[in-house]
Amino acid sequence: MDPERKKVLERVAVSTFPDEVLERVLVQLKSHKDRSSVSLVCHSWYDAERFSRTHVFIANCYSVTPEIVSRRFPNIRSVSLKGKPRFSDFNLVPPKWGADIRSWLVMFAAKYPFLEELRLKRMTVTDESLEFLALSCPNFKGLSLLSCDGFSTDGLAAIATHCKNLTELDIQENDLNDKSGSWLSCFPENFSSLEVLNFANLSNDVNFEALERLVSRCKSLKVLKVNRNITLEQLPRLLIHAPLLTELGTGSFLQEHPACQYSELENAFNKCMNLNTLSGLSEVTALSLPALYPTCANLTFLNLSCAALQSGELAKLLVHCPCLRRLWVLDTVEDKGLEAVGSNCPLLEELRVFPTDPFDEDTFHGVTESGFIAVSYGCRRLSYVLYFCRQMTNAAVETIVQNCPDFTHFRLCIMNPWQPDYQTNEPMDKAFCAVVKTCTRLQRLAVSGLLTDLTFEYIGKYAKNLETLSVAFAGSSDWGMQCVLGGCPKLRKLEIRDCPFGNAALLSGLDKYESMRSLWMSGCKVTMNGCRLLAKEMPRLNVEVIKVDGSNESQADKVYVYRSVAGPRRDAPPFVLTL
Amino acid sequence: MESKVAYENDLNLKATELRLGLPGTDYSEEQALFSARNNKRPLPDTNEKCGSKGCTDAPHAGNETAPSTKTQIVGWPPIRSYRKNNLQPKKTEPEAAGIYVKVSMDGAPYLRKIDLRIYKGYPELLQALENMFKFTIGEYSEREGYKGSEYVPTYEDKDGDWMLVGDVPWDMFMSSCKRLRIMKGSEARGLGCGI
Repeated sequence: MDPERKKVLERVAVSTFPDEVLERVLVQLKSHKDRSSVSLVCHSWYDAERFSRTHVFIANCYSVTPEIVSRRFPNIRSVSLKGKPRFSDFNLVPPKWGADIRSWLVMFAAKYPFLEELRLKRMTVTDESLEFLALSCPNFKGLSLLSCDGFSTDGLAAIATHCKNLTELDIQENDLNDKSGSWLSCFPENFSSLEVLNFANLSNDVNFEALERLVSRCKSLKVLKVNRNITLEQLPRLLIHAPLLTELGTGSFLQEHPACQYSELENAFNKCMNLNTLSGLSEVTALSLPALYPTCANLTFLNLSCAALQSGELAKLLVHCPCLRRLWVLDTVEDKGLEAVGSNCPLLEELRVFPTDPFDEDTFHGVTESGFIAVSYGCRRLSYVLYFCRQMTNAAVETIVQNCPDFTHFRLCIMNPWQPDYQTNEPMDKAFCAVVKTCTRLQRLAVSGLLTDLTFEYIGKYAKNLETLSVAFAGSSDWGMQCVLGGCPKLRKLEIRDCPFGNAALLSGLDKYESMRSLWMSGCKVTMNGCRLLAKEMPRLNVEVIKVDGSNESQADKVYVYRSVAGPRRDAPPFVLTL
Repeated sequence: MESKVAYENDLNLKATELRLGLPGTDYSEEQALFSARNNKRPLPDTNEKCGSKGCTDAPHAGNETAPSTKTQIVGWPPIRSYRKNNLQPKKTEPEAAGIYVKVSMDGAPYLRKIDLRIYKGYPELLQALENMFKFTIGEYSEREGYKGSEYVPTYEDKDGDWMLVGDVPWDMFMSSCKRLRIMKGSEARGLGCGI
């Protein structure tokens, strides 16, 4: 048979699958990237996909309207939404910028009354919205709020009161008004469905007895992360009721009365043999740490970023954690502590080192390039690193990526801006050149230190898989940014602050921005005219300028450019100019 | 450029001023320090931007000298606020947050309390006591104790004994001193005569 005819017949055969069968097959697809691909095959696949989709992930809440989403996907049970640009985490976005969940909730109430899950990141959520959600969606099961703002513990109380089938309440790192801990007591006495409870970042006391009763009723509890007000004496009373725990975030780990409750603590931890994730441990000391040892055997993720451990204490702990894949620490562990990481954690894939005194430039504490090098020799599988330090050398980074060529996420923050290689006094170009040349799988990169355009030439040329690039205080001229925009075929997010990139650089990306999720430029040399030109040339992009008080009329202080099918924002505050 | 004087009359706002770019002529020694370890290339077009804006997070990047080492840049280092709040000054010296001891002086109506940790040695301690109670201590000698004054500084040690201040090394004193008493008059003379 003619090969062309055969192909056509095959195509027809596939698309004459009954839709129901196709949908049953497609239901198995979870990845939204796969689903996107599927929806592009043909009309009937597009339809089958959209009816079978139950979870939608919207990476930029302004890229689409609630109406468009509900029209396309009628059967959604779970929504993930991200709002503000990432630099809002560092106070670069003024308050009341937007990303309010309200209009989405109105749509959910009307079109998705069976909504079960809502995961929000960097959105503004009010108490009224939370109550509205709880009342509108009787089947609501899971709420996760990360880096959101606008609500108080009253909103949490509404959720606890009205969501009879709640399985997940995950309140992480939000800028909320923590009025009191009484929200926890709002869970009804017969409520027992909770599987995930995370209130680690809340600061008010909850009623401990209410918490104890809650934990003992919720027999399926798998994740429990309490705040630092829960004491070490109280912890065992929670642990004995939660033998199925896989993730635990402790409160304070400070032992007030050494001898008596140590054994209770040990017993409690001995029962927790399913733990794979441990966090919290604030105020931990060398005395209380050993209680953890028995439970560490199966730990894959240890988050010590709230625990100011010294190097010796960390070393002793890590001996008991051979299976560790992810480790977050404070730089109090210093290079010696990191050497212990290298020696004890051969399976480590992710390391994050946070600074204890980020604003104290005179401090001599913290980690240096040696610690990082030591880890790279011992942990060859390292693929994700976030490293805050005060000194670095090109040679060190070259060694590190030679040891660990599989980096997918390389985020290096040399905390003093424009700092050169402290040994050679050269720019740090060679370091990042080595990173992009060696780590061919690199998806995310954050650069720092003194950098010229050369770094960006290399990034544009070699970083074929790079999706996210964060740049601060770097580069010499427009050419740098032009290189990135001209290369990096998979670039999706570009966020830049305080770099000498201007209109020429901005406009060189005309052809690229529609294939990207967003561009952020603040403190650069872009002007209003440049932005207007961009907006005029690319009508399907939203070009927004955030005006800062007292700035020059023609300056575009903060520019946020993103693709959208929703058109310009209708809820923009006065300081956001849509061009 | 604002004059240094104006700032000094203020609440030292200059120290907390958020700036980026040319710091001006005020922090000359910090500039020198920074440029010594900072070989940035000067960038074109930087000067007209910085002006009087106060440069919260305005450009610029890259001048001959970086911002003064004392100023903070908005949103830098990139750490989320909840993490900053978590970084309560932990008890990095757990048991020794401060060694507070009571100080009594014969004839004084009430006692005082001092933190021994803030003094580097006996001279500072004695000076501080002199200032606190407005008296002078004599000169110390190992053989004769304190000569030339009615007052003698003593302390109660762990064993409950009253000792002359100054006999033992400072560190030993710090760890054994439970309270201080400045003796006066005949009692003092008894101790001061070196037993």
